[in-house]
Amino acid sequence: MTKKRIQLEQITGRLSRRAMLGGAATAVVALVQTASGKTIQQGVSISELLPDDPTKQIGTLAGEVGTRSAFEKVVKKPSDISSRSPLQDFYGIITPSDLHFERHHAGVPAIDPAKHELLIHGLVDKPLVFTVEDLKRFPSVSRIAFLECSGNFRSGKETMSPQDICGLTSQSEWTGVKLSTLFREAGVKSNATWFLAEGSDAAVMTRSIPVKKGWDDAIVAYAQNGEALRPEQGYPVRLFLPGWEGNTSVKWLRRIELSDQPFMTREETSKYTEPIKGAEPVRRSDGPGKYRQFSFDIDARSIITFPAYPKTVEKGWIEIRGIAWSGRGKVARVEVSTDAGKSWQLATLQEPILDKAHTAFRYVWNWNGVETEILSRVTDETGYLQPTLNQLFAARGDTISYHFNPITAWRIKSDGSVLFKPEP
Amino acid sequence: MNLYSLWLPGAFLLVMLTSRFQTIGEDRRTSPIAKVDTLPTHFGFGRPATAAEIARLDIDVRPDGKGLPAGEGQVLTGKQIFAAKCAACHGTGGVDGPNGSLVTTTNPGRKRPEKTIGNYWPYATTVFDYIRRAMPFSQPGSLTNDEVYHLTAYLLQANGIIDEKTVINAQTLPRVVMPAQKLFVPDDRKGGSEIK
Repeated sequence: MTKKRIQLEQITGRLSRRAMLGGAATAVVALVQTASGKTIQQGVSISELLPDDPTKQIGTLAGEVGTRSAFEKVVKKPSDISSRSPLQDFYGIITPSDLHFERHHAGVPAIDPAKHELLIHGLVDKPLVFTVEDLKRFPSVSRIAFLECSGNFRSGKETMSPQDICGLTSQSEWTGVKLSTLFREAGVKSNATWFLAEGSDAAVMTRSIPVKKGWDDAIVAYAQNGEALRPEQGYPVRLFLPGWEGNTSVKWLRRIELSDQPFMTREETSKYTEPIKGAEPVRRSDGPGKYRQFSFDIDARSIITFPAYPKTVEKGWIEIRGIAWSGRGKVARVEVSTDAGKSWQLATLQEPILDKAHTAFRYVWNWNGVETEILSRVTDETGYLQPTLNQLFAARGDTISYHFNPITAWRIKSDGSVLFKPEP
Repeated sequence: MNLYSLWLPGAFLLVMLTSRFQTIGEDRRTSPIAKVDTLPTHFGFGRPATAAEIARLDIDVRPDGKGLPAGEGQVLTGKQIFAAKCAACHGTGGVDGPNGSLVTTTNPGRKRPEKTIGNYWPYATTVFDYIRRAMPFSQPGSLTNDEVYHLTAYLLQANGIIDEKTVINAQTLPRVVMPAQKLFVPDDRKGGSEIK
C-alpha cells in the first residue's frame, strides 16, 4: 500500500498539467495494482492522494527531477506562432525556464547537440567551425537580462491579463561565450560592419546585426538558469543580445557571416519594421508613410502584475506589484498612480536593479473601496519616461505596431474586480 | 603524545599559513589573478572551415546580388508553380490567402492597404532569399534555384514591378528597384526624453 501511494504521488507533479486541463475530478492517471496483482491505469483525484494530515504519513521519496505542485496552475498561453509567459503568476524577476515565452517562425527544431556546429565566416581571417563542446571550452560569461519580443503589445478588451497584454517578455540568467571572444578567434576584419546570424530551424531565421553589438555585449549562449537552453529557447546554442528586440537573439544558431553591409532579410524589412511620423502625419487614410528599420533597442516599459485581471481585491491594504525594464540600461525609477494618473508616487524598487533587466517594484496602498484606476510608469537611466498610448500614436501614427510600450492602466471596480483599461 | 609536543609545530604552521594568506591578499590587491590582457587572442578551439562546407551553408543573398546562384526565372512558369505550391496559403494570384496577401490590390473595403511585396518590401533580393530559405511553409527548402527564380519573377510581375517578358537571374534581380525602398528610414531613437 505504501509503495503504491509513493508511486502515485511521484507522478502527481509530472502529470499535473494534464490533470489541470482535464479538470479537478481527475488529478492524475496513475498505475495502480489491482487485488489480483494486475497493473492498470486509473484516474485518481487530488483529494484521494492527499492525506488528511501530512504529518501522519511519510512523504514522497527523493526523486531525480523536481516537480511543480499540482495545486499551481501556472501555464503559458500558446497561439500558432507564440506562447505567452504568465506574468501575473510570477514572483521575483527570474522566469522559470519552462514558462519563458516562445516565439518562432517555423516551430521548435529537434537538434542533436553532438551534431550541431556553429560556422563563422565572411570578413574574417580564419573561417572556423565550432562544436557545442568547443564553445563551452572558451571563457564563459553569465548575465541576468530580459528578452522581449518587439511585437509585445495586445489591447482591445477589458478582460485581458498581463500575460495577454505583454506576455512576450521573460527573464533568465544566460550563460555562454562572449561573441567578441569568437570574433577574436576568427579574426574579424576591420571593414566588417554587420554580421548575419542564422538559425537552424525550418525558417532558417536570419537577422543582420551591427558588428559593434557583437564586440559590446553579445553572448553565444548555451545555458539558461543553470542548465542547458530549453529547445524553445534555442537549444543547443543561441545568440543573446541584451536589451535588443527578441527576434535578433537568433535561436538554434548555426552560422555567423561577417559583412560590410546588412543583408536585408525578410525579418528586417517586411517584418519588425514600424510606421513612424514622416514628413507628413501618418494616418490610416494616408496609406504608407515612413517606416523605421533596424529598431533594435527595447524602449523602457513597466506593468503592474498585481492587482490585475483576472484577480480580485478587497478593500484595505494592497501591495501593488509589477516589473519594469529598459533595453537602454537600468531602471531609474518607477512611479505608481492610484487615482487614474492625477498624481504619482515613487514605488520601491527591489534589488538587484540590473542593466537591461526586469526589475521588480512595489507600492503599498490602502484602498478605500471606491472605484479607481491604478497605473505605473518607468523612467530609465537615459531619462526616457514610459509614454501613454496616445503619445505613441502621436509619434507614430494610429497603428499599433512593433515597439509599443504604453502605460497600462487597471480599473479597480468597487466590487473588487480588476479590469484592463485599454486606452488610458 | 601530550599537548605541548603539538604546540611548537602547530605555532610554526599557523605562522606559515598566516603569512601565506597575507601574500595572496597582497597579490590580489596589486595584481589580479586573471588579467584580461593575459588572455590569449586565440585559444585554438574549433577547426578551420572548408570552402565546401561554407558553400553548403552560405545561402544568403544581399541586395547587391552577392549570393545569388546560377539559373533564371520566367514569369509564366512562376505563375504555374505558384498555383501548385503557394496559392493554398497565399491565395489565388497571391491575394487574400489565409497567410496574407503577397500581391498589392486596390481593395476599397479595407481600412488600410495590406502590406505586400509590391508596397512594403524594400529589396527584390529578399524575395529570392526568403522563398529559398523558408518556403513552402510545409516543405521548407524543397524548391530548386530555378523554381525560386521563377516564383520571384512571377511575384514581381504580379505586383506590377516588372513586365511579363523580364527574365530574373543573378544579374537582373539586384537591379530591380522596389517601390517601398524610399519609405524606409534607419532607427534614430536615442533614449532620453523624446518619444519617437
